[in-house]
Amino acid sequence: MPTLEFEGKTYEVDEEGYLMDWSQWNEGLAGVMAKEDGLELTEAHWDVIRFLREYFEKYQIAPMIKILTKELAKKYGKEKGNTKYLYELYPAGPAKQACRYAGLPKPTGCV
Amino acid sequence: MADFKTPELTGAVTTPKITPGASRHIKQFIAKPELMEKVGFPPQKASDWKEQFIRKMGEVLKKYKSVKVFLDICVRCGACTDKCHYYLGTGDPRNMPVYRQELMRTVYRKYFTTGGKLFGGLAAAREISDELLDEWWVYFYQCSECRRCSVYCPYGIDTAEITMAAREIMDSIGMGSKYNLEIVHKAETIGNNLGMNPDALKSTWEFVEEEIEEKTGVRAKLPVDVEGADVLLATPSADFFAEPHIYSLEGYAKVFHQAGISWTLSTHASEGGNFGMFIGNYNHMKTINKRIWDAARDLKVKRVIAGECGHAWRAMYAFSNTLNGPFDFLQHKSPQHICEFTLDLIKKGALKLDKSANDEFTVTYHDSCNVARASSMGNTPGDQFTIPRELINAVCNKFVEMDPNTTGERTFCCGGGGGVLTDEVVEIRVKGAMPRMQEYKKIKDSHGANFFALICAICKAQFTKVFPYYGIEMEEVGGVHQLISNALVMGAKEGV
Repeated sequence: MPTLEFEGKTYEVDEEGYLMDWSQWNEGLAGVMAKEDGLELTEAHWDVIRFLREYFEKYQIAPMIKILTKELAKKYGKEKGNTKYLYELYPAGPAKQACRYAGLPKPTGCV
Repeated sequence: MADFKTPELTGAVTTPKITPGASRHIKQFIAKPELMEKVGFPPQKASDWKEQFIRKMGEVLKKYKSVKVFLDICVRCGACTDKCHYYLGTGDPRNMPVYRQELMRTVYRKYFTTGGKLFGGLAAAREISDELLDEWWVYFYQCSECRRCSVYCPYGIDTAEITMAAREIMDSIGMGSKYNLEIVHKAETIGNNLGMNPDALKSTWEFVEEEIEEKTGVRAKLPVDVEGADVLLATPSADFFAEPHIYSLEGYAKVFHQAGISWTLSTHASEGGNFGMFIGNYNHMKTINKRIWDAARDLKVKRVIAGECGHAWRAMYAFSNTLNGPFDFLQHKSPQHICEFTLDLIKKGALKLDKSANDEFTVTYHDSCNVARASSMGNTPGDQFTIPRELINAVCNKFVEMDPNTTGERTFCCGGGGGVLTDEVVEIRVKGAMPRMQEYKKIKDSHGANFFALICAICKAQFTKVFPYYGIEMEEVGGVHQLISNALVMGAKEGV
């Protein structure tokens, strides 16, 4: 099983680096993952991550992309409340890359 | 982006130079033992896996006579060789359908024919081995079961059935695809491929209602588990999650609302898709399909309608009756496709449409393989081709066709169908999309096409992912009901 090291602790991840146990997540891990991808996490990145965590705790699944963009629109206005902006934040795809940083499992299915 | 070269768009699909092993390195993840057990397969390969393999292959040959016939009758004429999108995109000869099939045929000769038993290699017969199994793993997961090759085969040999049988044999010895089996497990335990529980579904559907209201001023409902509704809509769960899928979901809801149709979604049958089919496993396919029939029975609906999903439609249209039928409790005895249903409403004058709402688009239509080649629609043969086009023409002013050698039953696969839509094999997905991308690019250049209309959730997800590799905006991908949604004048109720 692949692992991720952070502050002396070892975390189990799957083949693509998704945390095996979402409850083990902490903010530092998101930073480590982003650094590996060469991304610097801004406040907007964190808003996405926090929203994903909150939604997941309530529904045990990541939200529809549209729900996420709407949430962003509330805070940053319409020009940033869209999928294009989400892809600017998370170039590898918001559903997947952002979920990984947030410690959530990868969405499955025809998505 | 991954480390490979995206094919160039030259404007023509040409037969590539044969490059043995060109896609040999592209492999799906193997499912972990825990997942294998959860879906009822052996956790991993056992020491006697070869005996198990041959035993299972014998069973499969007995149960699926078609597979045995296909293995026997190929005359190696070569008509299929340049018909597979994965061969055209990679040049790997193992992606020529006949040579892909040869992976199974060689084992078949060795263990199930007299010539192969007696003369082995001289009769092109190979013993099963770790190396050969690894080739099975690679190339039977580089087939999207799209059946384009079977259209050109003079005998109609269906590589998809051979691929399904191969995957079933591999599953049975403890070697399953993580991507496919995670989905099968979620569909069977939670009810949909994404794994959305009823609370998540309800909150998402409510959100979609709000979206529609915000855009149109009309609250078109997405009714949930309504007993006695006329219509049960079974649609891919991707419609509840991804873009552009969700815009077609808005379209279905708006159509039902405007036509005054009583309909419902079901939290139990919250998935139209059926990955049991992709892995060639009858029991899983049946279990997943059963949710739809149980919901239809429990909710006492009169008809079942399938949303925009290619293989869901195939599973419902072609297999439901055998798996869990008959549908004698429904008023409409067989499932209906949403496109057929909507077109009928338009013809009856139940919907008021404003075509100019789509004037910014020059639309082309990509036939999805499971609708085009594995099922039908409507009342007359070929309706699966004409109905979606009639729909588009009813809601758009500018519609253009791609090369007829690549549409209708000759359509190219998107490159992500049949259980291949997973990120670890993105290279084969991008390369397999090349033939379709060439044609789209061509019609963009010649006619200014800028909307790529689809009726399949996998096609939508696949093209959204691969368009950017080819320098095309992912926003050009959309659904047929998305176009209908744009043109539908809400509030102007005319009734059926």
